[in-house]
Amino acid sequence: MNMLFPLTYLGYLLATATYLLWFINQQRTARLAARWLLTAAGVLHTLNLVARYFEAGHTPISNMHEAVSFFAWSMTWGFLIFRWRYRVKNFGSFVSVGITLLMTVAALASKEVTPLPPAMRSLWLPVHASIALMANAFLAMGFCGGVMYLLQEREIKSRRFGIFYERLPSLEALDNLNQHCLSAGFPLLTLGIITGSFWAKQAWGSYWQWDPKETWSLITWFIYAALLHFRFTMGWRRRRAAIMSMIGFAAALFTLWGVTYLLGGIHAYVG
Amino acid sequence: MSADSLLIVGVNHKVAPVEIREKLAHNAGCENPVVTIKTLPGCRECCFLGTCNRVEVICASHAPEDTARLIRQHLFSGAGLSEAEIERYSYLHIGREAVNHLFRVAASLDSMIVGEPQILGQLKKAYRAAAELKTVGPVLNKFINKSFSVAKRVRTETNIGGSAVSISYAAVQLAKKIFGSLNDKRVMLVGAGEMAELAAEHLIAQGIAGVVVANRTLERAITLAQRFNGTAVSLEGLSGELENVDILISSTGATGLVLMRDDVKPIMRQRMNRPLFLIDIAVPRDLDPKLNDLDNVYLYDIDNLKDVVEVNKSERQKEADSASRIVDEETAKFQLWLEGMGMTPTIVALRNKADTLRQAELEKTLSQLKELSPKQVKAIEVLAASLINKMLHHPIVFLKAKGGADEQAERLDSIRQIYGLDPEESNLDEEDQV
Repeated sequence: MNMLFPLTYLGYLLATATYLLWFINQQRTARLAARWLLTAAGVLHTLNLVARYFEAGHTPISNMHEAVSFFAWSMTWGFLIFRWRYRVKNFGSFVSVGITLLMTVAALASKEVTPLPPAMRSLWLPVHASIALMANAFLAMGFCGGVMYLLQEREIKSRRFGIFYERLPSLEALDNLNQHCLSAGFPLLTLGIITGSFWAKQAWGSYWQWDPKETWSLITWFIYAALLHFRFTMGWRRRRAAIMSMIGFAAALFTLWGVTYLLGGIHAYVG
Repeated sequence: MSADSLLIVGVNHKVAPVEIREKLAHNAGCENPVVTIKTLPGCRECCFLGTCNRVEVICASHAPEDTARLIRQHLFSGAGLSEAEIERYSYLHIGREAVNHLFRVAASLDSMIVGEPQILGQLKKAYRAAAELKTVGPVLNKFINKSFSVAKRVRTETNIGGSAVSISYAAVQLAKKIFGSLNDKRVMLVGAGEMAELAAEHLIAQGIAGVVVANRTLERAITLAQRFNGTAVSLEGLSGELENVDILISSTGATGLVLMRDDVKPIMRQRMNRPLFLIDIAVPRDLDPKLNDLDNVYLYDIDNLKDVVEVNKSERQKEADSASRIVDEETAKFQLWLEGMGMTPTIVALRNKADTLRQAELEKTLSQLKELSPKQVKAIEVLAASLINKMLHHPIVFLKAKGGADEQAERLDSIRQIYGLDPEESNLDEEDQV
């Protein structure tokens, strides 16, 4: 299984390259190839996670490598399930780049299997960590949608049509995409915070103790909550929604990494 | 003497930006400029075509350079541009070039969106107006009518109209990129021009939900609204209605801006930031360029819209190439006719015609009278020849008589018409009625 991760990584690289090729040439064959490559990489990735579960003897979301790898895995399957229900033109090209970036981070982190500290030995580990990372995966897709929105809007607004105008879907479709990603990501984020607080009660005896990770996850939650709230009450949609979901995702990433490396706290050992 | 030279002075989207073109539009005013242009020295016949993308002065003159300079000055009077700028923002075609240019314009090869069909109608209207004001004579009659038939030939022999995408179509494409589906969207027409009507028809074909017409005169708005099953408002009611529409097409003849940035800004809040697509096809422009700075407002004027249709350009290019070949061919033919319009060619044509007649009649008579002696045959031949000569003497003297260039051209025209030297003439008149 030491070979499984490099193979998975290679699969993602190929899938991304094909997606980018498709983005440039817009040939149907390239799109089909890209989708199959991504699915294959996703399957390999699943095998990789299962193998690691048996090797480590616990849910493999206990260090940076494992967490980011799981994050990428959620994004892959989130996207594949998503596109089965709801298609957005050329979304895959953006998402696959995101997945590859995450996998690069995972590849660079230490792949050492670490024994689980006593505080983490709990049923809440798979529940909380997987929900929180899945939330991140959908928020990351929202981020991709936001980037696409801003790129498309820039060309329409400036009346200079470049590479994106023809290839990206309508602004309406991209705004809906944002909405869809959030309506999956936000409940998961909420659930992640709730399960986290139950686990905190079990591990440390208190539901909430304002450690940096908890604080930042709450900040992230408020950003997205504000976006959703004002979307319906004050028409925060389209451009503003795109920017807000990008800011929100930046906060989510900071919760995941920034807090660990910059702020420390009792959560620090988790990736 | 040789025939008058044809010349065309013009300004179009290729040489001048909207800002310059809109300064010209004022010249159109209510009075057709041909009335003034006709009085310019050298100008014998003229016709004025003004659309939102172009101004063309088609003219027959015996001093083309001088007339062209005066026409330019007249067109740009009040625009406050220097002589050099005027030359930069306009073009001058003389003779063969002018023929080619008008044929290209009529065939929609020179249009902002190549192949769009409206230009021919506009040219016909311009010609009709000039004909009513009697500023067109034999040369332009023939010339402009010929351009109609060239346009017709181009349209039947190439697919340029089929793949043509008009500005309204471009607007529909763009609207779809902004709104996705147009099914629940409403469009407002501000001003009731033909162009706006056409755009509305396109949008309705795409399933737009409703049409609102705002016009200076409410009656006109109501008539147009009825056609589209829509509602009508006066121009003052415009901003009140803006909250409920998604696409606005403005084409008023107003000289100033109709809608300002600060009018729309508060409305965007009421609209909950639903996007607003503004299309300004008026010259001079109706909509404040600063509107585009507002979030979720997309403002396009006609110059911007052409970029949208760059996509299937290569396809259309092929059709445009074969259309250009037709135009070149017709230009050469017309040039031949034009050269024949001079005094000498007219006399030659007249003599040729008479000669052919003489020979045909002689043959007919002599073949029936086989018993005639050679002397008698000779006498009949002499009779025929002298009849023809005597008959032609006065017309030729009449043609050669001294007089102003104007009179000369008229005399040439009369002779050509009386003797039927331009066989095509009659069927061209029919085509004009198409």
